[in-house]
Amino acid sequence: MPEAAAKAKPKESKNIRIVKDATCTFCGCVCDDMELTVDLDAHRITKAKRACVLGRAWFYEHTLEERPVVLIDGKEASLDEGLDEAARILVDAKFPITYGLSDCPCEAQRVAVDIMDTINGNIDTTTSVCHGPSGMAFQGVGESTATLGEIKNRADLVIYWGGNPAESHPRHFTRYAVTPKGMFIPNGKKDRTVVLIDVRKTPSTPVADIFVRVKPGKDFELLWALRALVKGRKISEDIEEQTGVPRETLDDLVQRMKNCQFGVLFMGMGLTMTRGRHFNSGAVYSLASDLNEFTHFVAKPVRGHGNVTGADNVVAWQTGYPFGVNFNRGYPRFNPGEFTTSDVLARGEADAAMIVASDPASNFPKKAIEHLEKIPVISMDVKETHTTRLSRVRFAVATYGINTGGTVYRMDDVPISLRPAFDSPFPTDQEILEGIRKRVKKILSGSKARVAA
Amino acid sequence: MPSELKISNGRVYDPANNVDGSIQDLCVRDGKIVESVSKSASRIDARGMVVMPGAIDIHCHIAGPKVNLARKLMPEDHRLDVHPKTAVTRSGTGGIVPSTFATGYRYATMGYTTAMEAAVPPITARHVLEELDDTPVVDKGFYVLLGNNAFLYKLLKEGRKKEFKEAIAWWVNSVHAYTVKLVNTGSDELWKGRKNANITDVNEQIDHYDITPAFVMESFIEAAHELGLPHPPHIHCNNLGHSGNISTTLDTMKAAQGRRAHIAHVQFHSFGGELNKNPVSGAQEIINYINDHENITADVGQVMFGKATAMTADAPLAWMLRNVKFDKWVNADTECESGCGIIPFSYQESIYTHTLQWAMGLELFLMSKDPWRVLLSTDHPNGGSFMNYPKLIKLLMDSAYRKEALQHVNQKAVAQTVLPELDREYTLNEIAIITRAGPARALGLKNKGHLGIGADADVTIYTEDEDREQMFNAPRYVIKDGTMVIKDHEFATDHKGKILHSKPGYNEDIAAEIEPFFEDYYSVKFGNYAISEDYLHDHEEVPTHPKS
Repeated sequence: MPEAAAKAKPKESKNIRIVKDATCTFCGCVCDDMELTVDLDAHRITKAKRACVLGRAWFYEHTLEERPVVLIDGKEASLDEGLDEAARILVDAKFPITYGLSDCPCEAQRVAVDIMDTINGNIDTTTSVCHGPSGMAFQGVGESTATLGEIKNRADLVIYWGGNPAESHPRHFTRYAVTPKGMFIPNGKKDRTVVLIDVRKTPSTPVADIFVRVKPGKDFELLWALRALVKGRKISEDIEEQTGVPRETLDDLVQRMKNCQFGVLFMGMGLTMTRGRHFNSGAVYSLASDLNEFTHFVAKPVRGHGNVTGADNVVAWQTGYPFGVNFNRGYPRFNPGEFTTSDVLARGEADAAMIVASDPASNFPKKAIEHLEKIPVISMDVKETHTTRLSRVRFAVATYGINTGGTVYRMDDVPISLRPAFDSPFPTDQEILEGIRKRVKKILSGSKARVAA
Repeated sequence: MPSELKISNGRVYDPANNVDGSIQDLCVRDGKIVESVSKSASRIDARGMVVMPGAIDIHCHIAGPKVNLARKLMPEDHRLDVHPKTAVTRSGTGGIVPSTFATGYRYATMGYTTAMEAAVPPITARHVLEELDDTPVVDKGFYVLLGNNAFLYKLLKEGRKKEFKEAIAWWVNSVHAYTVKLVNTGSDELWKGRKNANITDVNEQIDHYDITPAFVMESFIEAAHELGLPHPPHIHCNNLGHSGNISTTLDTMKAAQGRRAHIAHVQFHSFGGELNKNPVSGAQEIINYINDHENITADVGQVMFGKATAMTADAPLAWMLRNVKFDKWVNADTECESGCGIIPFSYQESIYTHTLQWAMGLELFLMSKDPWRVLLSTDHPNGGSFMNYPKLIKLLMDSAYRKEALQHVNQKAVAQTVLPELDREYTLNEIAIITRAGPARALGLKNKGHLGIGADADVTIYTEDEDREQMFNAPRYVIKDGTMVIKDHEFATDHKGKILHSKPGYNEDIAAEIEPFFEDYYSVKFGNYAISEDYLHDHEEVPTHPKS
């Protein structure tokens, strides 16, 4: 190979597009300050300025795969055939369910709820397996909370509990809560005290000024002891034995919490998916609320998926409840444990499932997956997954935030519009869902099924 | 083929056109009231029925982040009041804070065809537009919360009123708001920055800015006047719910200096008495001032006994209530300087303050000399659900019913008011003013609140009934944009409704000045902040009338 030709590789495309203020939907941070360099000929993003390690992987690894838009029973089919079959499956089912939704825009989520309302189905999102317990705790005690911009501007005490943002939400520290300078935090991290509470040291630990190691499964005991101390009550003498945290550490923490100017307590899934679950979240919310008797204090779950917060919002505004909603009676009912997807599947109740932008077949309990394998499944995903592989009808869709626009909600309920980087030959989730809705309504028109039983 | 409708022989109440109960025909074509229609028009025989324009709620909380937090907060309330779907409408849940679909349909079932969401944090306006798009039947708009905005305060501190005005216009345009909302002006910084403190006097200095709440409010009123916004600043006064707050409310109205201002839920701001002691009614003083000052409009914010939810951008107020009940409490601080507090609540006949508030609201209504300027609201869901409006109308129209109701409430509170002496009964024409023509005029909605030629064909037809609650609870027909949405008390079709917003003109150079501040202190990129028109779907720009 001549030397000149070798140097010319990789061939620089002239067809380059720069997308400013693009949004990364990989995690709940939903950072909207990306500058993407897009090679329009190669259909890929070659540079993602300001993206974290997760964001870079999200953008760089995205390509347009050669795959059929629709597969029915593993065989390629037309879009119309796929939509017809999906609608027929849903209408024929006695207990159809929809699950997922946390990695697609609100516009698609709104259509999914409508379809389930129309066919008296069940709607649930990945919230039921992540911060669902926080949602339930919220129903019990409320919360004092804030948008991330307020935390950047004001928080001088930042506590992370049961999470490892350095690996799960890398820019949570740098863009929102630890290092940035804010209106009343002119020196950034120097003006804040950072506390990390976890069962082990993680890559997040070095960020903390104070690391508190709690015994696994003892978060609730520790939280409750803190609440008691904040209120000036006595706590058990053997608190260190129970929780692994010395009394002096607790006293110091309580003083810091009561005396800070604006405190925040971020909680991760280390609290919601371990012993105690919604009791843990409820204790966090209660502790933050109690502290307002002394100072200004807020709490916030660190949400995972890019638009899981949007899913909570959409399902709540359309039905009154945030997840685990059932329309069997022609109106929404809410009951976690009864209408949450892993339970509905594990009990063998659902007889058809529409899975949007998630992969329950890879992470649900075995019994639930076994049932999913037995019933007709419709799936929409950008890539092949365990769930798409077991689906009767699978739709390959465009990737939100990279190939599609739409609205997503950051973990603090702040809505952001997406700027697509380049076009995709695949339809969007919204287009597929709208196609299914249209066909479902057509099949039902004239029949009494639309009316509540 | 044009869609045509003729409503014949109804008893029409159209106060804006001086029609007070005369028997008339109404013609509708393509969503508007017209002179005449062809013989093939569909017909409604409205003999024995009362015909009014569709009602307008000038102040309610129906969409957006705080409303959705309240929905998520109260599953126990939703499960008691389900809202089943019909052949043409979506399902939902009701209760004190209904789901979006239930909200739209329930407004329609009371003859309401327009509702204004009264408090929207500037950082979450996109959320509000998404929810409003899922709120069927009614037309809707919202007021954006700018009364605590740090950038605007900075401009005022620097004495740059021209740029202050431009920045307001930029903000209203960027989020597609209808007008600006001021809530507990100056308090936000104290709440978040000084450990949950609050402003106590509109003439005290606001931390960091060397300006007073009174000056901020005056400046907003002046700017809105110059921009010619269709509705003036919508003001939630300071010291809500504190004994003796009438002096604050009077100071606020004086700050308008003769310019238009709207005082929201004025009942909550009409407390006499001394701070930290039991309140007494100050309704007389407040209503006298309003009666004498034509520049002021107000909605009453009537308290109704039963369930309510305190849901307010006035976070310190919700905190005060939290410390009374120690029940579940929500506080949400939002950047661009706003926030909210939420507390489930109920008003009880036996409780002194609750009865006093109920009676004060009625006093304000019954002592109002100009129904065009003292408008019906419960500040839904703060004083009670909008579903209480028919009952409230009965309380206003039927003095015997009112006297009967007075027997069952806290007598110590009643003794602090002149309510037992007030025999006034609202007429149907006056009801049409406080629920239709008045709100339309206060909002600057030229095509609504009346049935003249060219008006939007938003029409409500009630079967006349001496029991006014029953009558207003269930219109027989509701026509929205010329479409018969409710026919014989049943939904005949679904309807979207549109967004109402204003677009005040401004010098776009101001954006370059807002941008660096925004980038430094907020967490969304400035370039991603302004909301594209895609979110408006069907919408109508209500014209502004800028001065000079």
